[in-house]
Amino acid sequence: MRVRLLDVAHARSGDKGDTANVGLIALKPEWYDMLAKYVTRDRVAAHFTGVITGAVERYELPNLKALNFLLHGALDGGGTLSLKTDAQGKVFSTALLRMVVDIPDEEAAALGLPRAMDLA
Amino acid sequence: MTAKKIVRVAGAQGFWGDWLEAPRRQAEGGPVDYLMLDYLAEVTMSILQKQKERDPAAGYAKDFVGAMESVLGGVAERGIKVIANAGGVNPEACAAAVLEMARARGAGGKLRVGVVTGDNLLPRIDELITAGHELKNMETGEPLSIVRDRVIAANAYIGSVPIVEALAKGANVVITGRSTDTALTMAPLRYEFGWGATEWNKLAAGIIAGHIIECGAQCSGGNCLYEWRSIENLADVGYPIVEAQADGTFVVTKHPNTGGRVSVQTVTEQLVYEMGDPHAYITPDVVADFTSIHLEPDGTNRVRVFGIEGKPATDKLKVSIAYRSGYKAIGSLVYAWPDALEKAQLADRVLRERLDRLGLHFEHVLSEFVGANATHGPLAGAEAGRHAPEVQYRIGVRDADRKKVERFTREIVPLVLNGPPSVTGFAGGRPKTEEIVAYWPALVDKTVVETRVTVLQ
Repeated sequence: MRVRLLDVAHARSGDKGDTANVGLIALKPEWYDMLAKYVTRDRVAAHFTGVITGAVERYELPNLKALNFLLHGALDGGGTLSLKTDAQGKVFSTALLRMVVDIPDEEAAALGLPRAMDLA
Repeated sequence: MTAKKIVRVAGAQGFWGDWLEAPRRQAEGGPVDYLMLDYLAEVTMSILQKQKERDPAAGYAKDFVGAMESVLGGVAERGIKVIANAGGVNPEACAAAVLEMARARGAGGKLRVGVVTGDNLLPRIDELITAGHELKNMETGEPLSIVRDRVIAANAYIGSVPIVEALAKGANVVITGRSTDTALTMAPLRYEFGWGATEWNKLAAGIIAGHIIECGAQCSGGNCLYEWRSIENLADVGYPIVEAQADGTFVVTKHPNTGGRVSVQTVTEQLVYEMGDPHAYITPDVVADFTSIHLEPDGTNRVRVFGIEGKPATDKLKVSIAYRSGYKAIGSLVYAWPDALEKAQLADRVLRERLDRLGLHFEHVLSEFVGANATHGPLAGAEAGRHAPEVQYRIGVRDADRKKVERFTREIVPLVLNGPPSVTGFAGGRPKTEEIVAYWPALVDKTVVETRVTVLQ
């Protein structure tokens, strides 16, 4: 089953130089393990292809039911050098929430995950 | 049995430019012991340094004098203390301006202003380089010497120690330069509870309390994505308050009868904001571990925070160095329906062709179409903006040569009459050419930086 992150998580993002960070937080505590399993570093890197120029790092915070992603080369040089509207990476949060992940039907049903209805 | 001692630290400014109403509302809305005002971002120090070059009595966050005026009654009559990094590159001048304001209001004798200095390394850079401190860029590894002649500010991030010293000397207002945002909250807790220099878990708890409230209302309902429609009365948003105990546990809350919300979700969003490696949040006083934080609801608009662990501090301080790095200008025009995006894209091609024919090649050019791709780029999808009622065309250039950037700024407005149709939004005229002050993060040995504390009356 296809699940959109917007329907299972919330997020906040910020900057450090040319790196944006996105903290991805499970909407329900019992959904954290599913996020940790399926929202991998490689999948997030693939999601941001053409948007960032550097690598992706991922950290786990099971205590906060959150994952932290560092997206390097995300901010057109960052800080005062950047020419981007979002020079401080404030809305990379919702850009990550656009991501769709495939979850085995049984697992999705057991967790009561909402299906991404409007997606092909 | 006596009640456990509670110390209340209220976040009253999250950055220079934050809500002017917040300090007074925090001082008057209920019990607080300390007001914490954070004014400094990485870029701020260089702006303040430029102001000081023009006027030796400038170089601090002038908003702070007004903030102090708005809370003067609480400080002078009710014993509220104030901790702020409003001093920028001129804490002495900031203190003088605050004392002058208080005297004019008849409260001159009520303030004892502690001034923390020693973070400013600008006059010492050559001495440091000569002594073998390369001040290498933490991201690129390059030595500072390659941009030495363009450096305009250099400040070490200092920790809680000098703020605690100022409080111990009887200050009821403490003004620092580039102290860390989090030390402004941790220091009063450390002073009140007598936490020692190696009580890592308690120091880390104070740092994390500081991280939660350092961005003002961003932990109490502001900029909160979780169930944002249901967050009530943002017009009257309550700024955050930490109610701390001696063991390092604390509750995050806000004054009664204010808007916004304090919940596990609003606090979690702020905890992950600008996070790097959560295992090692490095500060001058302690290395805090964000994977040890536990949150639980503690009644309406109250979140209890506990379990925090810290590790020994490192022997380095971070240094924030600002240097001149060329020029930039950003211009924009608005194209209306029908086919707003197509018109804006044509304008971009026309403008770039003209720049090319003028022989203007820049180090960097970036075009964005606000309404189609400016915030999420290609993730917004191929159809994004296709049927938008309007699209803003936004183009920026960056270059070391100021003249080239200025010539670029003349090429935007002509498009209104000699480019694609249905265009407006040019009221600002030519865009402004700005000098870029870039940021150079470095480390220096702790032993190099000596802070000083003076209490003025």
